[in-house]
Amino acid sequence: MTDALIQGVLLGGYYALIAAGLSFMFSVMRIINLAHGSLAVVAAFALFVLADRFGISPFLGLVMVLPLMAVLGWLLQRFILERATRAGALVPILATFGLSIVIDNLLFQQFGANTRSLAPYIGDLSYDSWQITDDISVGKLAVLTFAAAVALLGAIQLFLSFTQLGRAVRATSEDGDTAGLVGIDARRVNAIATAIALVSAGLAGLALGTRATFDAYAGGPQLLFAFEAAVIGGAGSVWGTLFGGIILALGQSFGAQIAPQGFLIGGHVVFFIVLFARLFIPGSTFRGRLMTALRGKPA
Amino acid sequence: MSEAGTGIAVERWTPASRAAVATVVVVVVALAVGQKIMSAGTTDRLTALFVYVILAAMWNALAGFGGLVSVGQQVFFGLGAYFTVRLADWGLDPFVALGVAALGVGVVAFPLSFPMLRLRGGEFAIGMWVVAELAHLLVNLDTLVRGETGTSLISLNNYDIGTRRAYIYWCALAAMVVLLAILFVLLRSRIGAAIQAIRDSEEAAASLGVRVLATKRTLFVLAAVGAGAAGALWLATAITFQPKAFFGVQWTAYMIFMVLVGGIGTFEGAILGAVIFFLVETWFGATGVWYLIGLGAAAVLFSLLLPKGLWGALENRWSVRLLPVGYRLRLPETTTAK
Repeated sequence: MTDALIQGVLLGGYYALIAAGLSFMFSVMRIINLAHGSLAVVAAFALFVLADRFGISPFLGLVMVLPLMAVLGWLLQRFILERATRAGALVPILATFGLSIVIDNLLFQQFGANTRSLAPYIGDLSYDSWQITDDISVGKLAVLTFAAAVALLGAIQLFLSFTQLGRAVRATSEDGDTAGLVGIDARRVNAIATAIALVSAGLAGLALGTRATFDAYAGGPQLLFAFEAAVIGGAGSVWGTLFGGIILALGQSFGAQIAPQGFLIGGHVVFFIVLFARLFIPGSTFRGRLMTALRGKPA
Repeated sequence: MSEAGTGIAVERWTPASRAAVATVVVVVVALAVGQKIMSAGTTDRLTALFVYVILAAMWNALAGFGGLVSVGQQVFFGLGAYFTVRLADWGLDPFVALGVAALGVGVVAFPLSFPMLRLRGGEFAIGMWVVAELAHLLVNLDTLVRGETGTSLISLNNYDIGTRRAYIYWCALAAMVVLLAILFVLLRSRIGAAIQAIRDSEEAAASLGVRVLATKRTLFVLAAVGAGAAGALWLATAITFQPKAFFGVQWTAYMIFMVLVGGIGTFEGAILGAVIFFLVETWFGATGVWYLIGLGAAAVLFSLLLPKGLWGALENRWSVRLLPVGYRLRLPETTTAK
């Protein structure tokens, strides 16, 4: 039981990593990017190609892939999202969904149906673990992923709170027009926010590829995990995302304890329980209760 | 048409639209009778076309008229097929099972609408996708389905192949006509005015006393029954039920493609989109992956560059309304204009 709990919490780190960018983009631009999962898979494939063809370690590969993701994010905002947001509330959903179909099938065209993994390129790290007690051991990779999620969320929090640009992002998300009046270029801010979201998707791509296998159509499930974690944690909340990822993963671990097929079902069921609790009883989320207890006011 | 005293008239029908409705009736009768002289291949292809029209019209009802974009409509498509297999296994005649399954999907959709309709925009869109995934996983637990291996609608073998093909064709035609007629009448009724008011501004509509949730719920359940009927019919033509093939998100990709290309929010646009999809599939379906890439790219381009689709563009240019579901004011000086 303790073991399932620990593994669940660590897996939650991965979900937080993939959810961070989705949640960040939603909080800044009110857009849910349905191509987010597919873009993480693009990064995973890019790292795979670098490792497979050129023998570059996936960790070193990030140095090349993350800037590329940032550029992709910039382009995505300038050529698709900006136009889509102006066209109406529903258009970004349709446009990013279409984009995800394009990306998934291009990947399939290029890489076929084979599943890939980055695990063979990271040496012992893929299976090394720390023995905590006689029956509990934690994988080094899982701990590293969790730490990366905490670092990423912490960096986003610091960026939003303490930098000039972060303040501009928060101002734009509050009220873009008014932010424009005081000289903030909303287009630039949104492009930077999208770039940041895609860099985080790139990191998630590394985590996905190292901890498991992926194929061309892995983007859809990753989007759903990200979405579930973000919604459970409270969309747009930085630390809520980590909390949401952990709850999702615990739901899955709990489901898997009941039946082998229960892993995914458990996650989805927990998602709906939290969602409906939030919808029908305001402030009734675990996080809401926690925040109330900690700060004396509902989050 | 009612005169408002000043020569301004509210127009609901035009001569063109009367002619269009008459043509539709003639075409439907011709399609129903014409089956007798059709080849097996033509019958099957047209059955597929009818299913596409149902899918496009029902997704359009939800997104184009209700303002609810769902990327999880495959849940109803899949459940329609699953219920058919389930009911047939319990001994119901397969053709009766088709109809009962579609209505059964409506029975599932009604309670589901209560939580789901409280979600907004993208949350509703992806939330529906999660519903579809969960339904897929739960259906896999049924021992009849045997996980991803799937099962078949074996009892269809009680009918010989020719009779079966014709029955499925007529069922698909009838389902299409009935669903489109319900939607048409619904949109022209009082509820139709409410639907369009909600689409334009939910808050404003609510403040005028429009029952926003009840109206959306009507569309949600109708769209679910339609997608369920489409899934049941698709199963009848495919015979094998593999959960992955029916609960796949590609069905939503097809629906979005059809509606965006044809024209979201126009009654005729969805039908046009289904016909275009049918032709594209016939010509390029064999190219596999590139065909899907093309569908996705077309969805992106249409949503950004031609948000009202092909029918919307036609409508703006020539002001045609073949199957009018709205009201139009005709000013006195334009009465002579066509």
